[in-house]
Amino acid sequence: MGIKILKNLNIAVCAVFLSMVGFSNFAGAATDLTVYTAVEAEDLKKYAETFNQDHPDINIKWVRDSTGIVTAKLLAEKNNPQADIVWGLAATSLLLLKSEGMLEPYKPKGLENLDDKFYDQDPTPSWVGMDAWVAAVCFNTVEGKAKNLTAPGSWKDLTKPMYKGHVIMPNPNSSGTGFLDVSSWLQMFGEKGGWEYMDALHNNIARYTHSGSKPCKLAAAGEIPIGVSFAFRGARSKEAGAPIEIIVPQEGVGWDMEASAIIAGTEKLEAAKTLMDWSITRKANEMYNSAYAVVGYKGIAKPVKHFPPTLLSKMIKNDFAFAANNRKRILAEWQKRYDSKSEPKN
Amino acid sequence: MASFNTSKNLPPAPKIHPKSSRDDRMMAGAIFVIGLYLVIALALPLYTMLSKSFTTAVFNLQNYEFQVNKGDGWSEPVSGYQINESLSLLKPDELITSSDGRLAATTFFPDFNFRSKTEYRLRQLDENGSFLVGTQRIADTEWHTYPANKFRRIVLRPSQSSGIDNYITYFSTPALFRSIQNSLFISILTTLITVGLAFGFAYALTRSRMPFKGGFRLAAMVPILVPSLLPGIALVYLFGNQGMIKEVLFGEPIYGPIGIVIGSVFFTFPHALIIITTALAISDARLYEAAVSLRASPWKTFWTVTIPGARYGLISASFVVFNLVITDFGLPKVIGGQYNMLAVDIYKQVIGQQNFEMGAVVSVVLLIPALSAFTIDRYVQKKQVAQISSRSVPYEPKSNRKFDMICFFYCALVAVFIVGLIIICQYAALIKLWPYNLNLSLANYNFDVMDGGGWSSYYNSIKLALLTALTGTLVVFFGAYMVEKTNGFLFTRSAFQFLAMMPMAIPGMVLGLAYIFFFNHPDNPLGTIYGTMVILVVCTVTHFYTVSHLTAVTALKQMDREFEAVASSLKQPFYKLFAKVTVPVCMPSILDISIYLFVNAMTTVSAVIFLYSPDTALASIAVMNMDDAGDIAPAAAMGMMIFYTNVIARLIHLFVTRKLMKSTQAWRTRQR
Repeated sequence: MGIKILKNLNIAVCAVFLSMVGFSNFAGAATDLTVYTAVEAEDLKKYAETFNQDHPDINIKWVRDSTGIVTAKLLAEKNNPQADIVWGLAATSLLLLKSEGMLEPYKPKGLENLDDKFYDQDPTPSWVGMDAWVAAVCFNTVEGKAKNLTAPGSWKDLTKPMYKGHVIMPNPNSSGTGFLDVSSWLQMFGEKGGWEYMDALHNNIARYTHSGSKPCKLAAAGEIPIGVSFAFRGARSKEAGAPIEIIVPQEGVGWDMEASAIIAGTEKLEAAKTLMDWSITRKANEMYNSAYAVVGYKGIAKPVKHFPPTLLSKMIKNDFAFAANNRKRILAEWQKRYDSKSEPKN
Repeated sequence: MASFNTSKNLPPAPKIHPKSSRDDRMMAGAIFVIGLYLVIALALPLYTMLSKSFTTAVFNLQNYEFQVNKGDGWSEPVSGYQINESLSLLKPDELITSSDGRLAATTFFPDFNFRSKTEYRLRQLDENGSFLVGTQRIADTEWHTYPANKFRRIVLRPSQSSGIDNYITYFSTPALFRSIQNSLFISILTTLITVGLAFGFAYALTRSRMPFKGGFRLAAMVPILVPSLLPGIALVYLFGNQGMIKEVLFGEPIYGPIGIVIGSVFFTFPHALIIITTALAISDARLYEAAVSLRASPWKTFWTVTIPGARYGLISASFVVFNLVITDFGLPKVIGGQYNMLAVDIYKQVIGQQNFEMGAVVSVVLLIPALSAFTIDRYVQKKQVAQISSRSVPYEPKSNRKFDMICFFYCALVAVFIVGLIIICQYAALIKLWPYNLNLSLANYNFDVMDGGGWSSYYNSIKLALLTALTGTLVVFFGAYMVEKTNGFLFTRSAFQFLAMMPMAIPGMVLGLAYIFFFNHPDNPLGTIYGTMVILVVCTVTHFYTVSHLTAVTALKQMDREFEAVASSLKQPFYKLFAKVTVPVCMPSILDISIYLFVNAMTTVSAVIFLYSPDTALASIAVMNMDDAGDIAPAAAMGMMIFYTNVIARLIHLFVTRKLMKSTQAWRTRQR
């Protein structure tokens, strides 16, 4: 009898002890990390799952929105940040945050594996890149045929009279992709040549959209045959069965990268550093590579389906500091030239 | 002489202190509480926003000092201000910028050459100031030395200041300024069309005995059940370059004013209809009986009885529609093309350029119509007299075959337009890849792999809608009662009325931004609600306060103040009258308010786009984000989910109203 009680007691004690261990384990290690991102929604789950394979103790809470909204949100919360870390936001936006002193510099482990284009060149970098996001032109072959349009091969081609009203591009004042295009033209053609080019192009533009992926989606839907957008979006639409061709203009294409940074003042610095370290591992980069043809990790990128092979060689030498420090001036000039018309061009 | 004596001989008359009754004190307390809600949820955030519009940025050149070494030792430190003065490089207005402004340091050295061996030293003296070397931020006040080739990459950052410079910039930028004209044009045109159409519809509903009234009423309410950008999507499928019936427009593009006006009429129609129907529904049959006995023609009766009776409703409806159109940004964003409107400008400033100050300026410009609306509304209200006295007899239309047929065909036409657009959306949501693969599939409903938060956002929306309907109805109706039926507190009541009118003119996006600045301020003790469902509820109730308030006021106005007088002479406390008479009499309106809040919470986008957190993503935002990304079909699919949810809510509302009508509204029909 006594033994039995003792045995039961033993079991009970063990159970309590075990559950306490279990509980303390759970309470002590699981960290919620608020991650702001502009990564495509369809990839988020995969990103978190792959990360949790290596770090099950960190629970990612996504706040996802388009680049503009995430940037505006971060800036608005400047004095009381809600995000712990940014994972997957345009480098141009991160430069803006950096100039406001909102980023916590940190040198993640394994930084030497990245192409040096892909991280901040300060001694302790404020941001590190993930993958590049490259401009491209989506051309709807069915509508092109119906309207007797030949596929354009270069940016200059787009100014030909035959494309009048058949080209659509994002408004740089509301879309990061739009700004990327404009800044790349100014860098490639020079300040004067760039604006002259845009003057000519403006005559052919049906209208300017607010989002960078929309021109390609509209081209895919045949709404407007030619959409100035980015390669990733084109590849996705082509995969979905849209009759489009992804064209890399021969002069070269602008690009931006998705990058990550720790928000200064986070209470979860250790967990944020863990995520930063992981975000530049080979495994993470291979994951980015499933959708993006160009990734930060040297020598591992594999070609991605539907991406034009010439894309890599056509990426311009992008001066991010130029883009960031001249952004306001460029946008004001653009608005003055092309946004003051009240009526759409007929 | 006699009076002099009297007053001298009698003891001085006691001064009369009107004793405030318990009723008065309770009412004062209630007004205070509801007023406080509006102050916190509306006035303070807007004040934050307003002060933001006066926040400017200037390059304060006195804070920067330079030294130059041309190989013969460092020159004396000289401030940017001194250089600028002596060389007259920049005019004062060139030093005004926005918060992300940048000024190249080489500006101050006209002979600068990056190949030269010259060295430069720079320091800034302001504790909050900074400059950038490329992208690196220097915020200390030490001297820094740079070779010429590095010095060319240095840009100065502005420091914060205040003034009206943002407004000057705004009014001297034609691209922004032109939007005022565009917004007014679209809003006035839409108001004329919508109020005209809605009046005809409301008249047919209340003054004819046409068949299928219930069906028409339901069809007319459809637009309120969907996000305002959904008609935009439908119009693209109908009239876009790949549209089904694009020939109808004779080559005119749907992207632009045409699309905005058609879509705006669609989504404002029910808002106008609710108000006009309320105004027409309760009219005194004795006036019509008098008209008949005076042998007035129907035409004359219409202009002398019907229109004057509905005047207040018509004017209210006009302002509601006008403000809805001028503040909506979802629709012009989807279908506006290059046609700039004020609300879209805010979007471009805030989202595209992160220029919050200019966004605030555009918002302030948008407030002007609201202030005009308020002034005119007050003016009209003074002339309004109660239509129902305690002796009123409700009007009941008589059968007239010809008139009923005209009404029926008119309503059928409007209903086909409305329901047609919705059917197009449902069709769009089910098509695999428009226009190349017209097979039907449910792939577009796989929200979890798309922008916006997936299916959980849908459940969040339902939660938000229920909470908003419950708390909102309570706050709004009680607030309206206080404004309409209390005596005294004139100033408080006017202030309250003013606040209640404001939300209509506040673009949701501005309200949302104002909430970030106000509630996310580190010193705000209410900051704990930031990022929770509570702030979404508060924001949504506030955003849709005006129409609910107007509905409540319109209903309350039709109750004679004699009710209050009788109650108080019977020594009944106001809450008893409120619960036993006012609430039951106004029950249809109360239910209308709650369903209005529910469906708007389901469909609202702009107000909450900055306020949702990972746990509180919303379906309406998902629609917006998916459309933004170009996933138009899934956006239509989620929009239709919102629609069906609202239809169910609406059916429940109809059922409850029917039931309650029997128990509380029997007095409206004459016993036979």
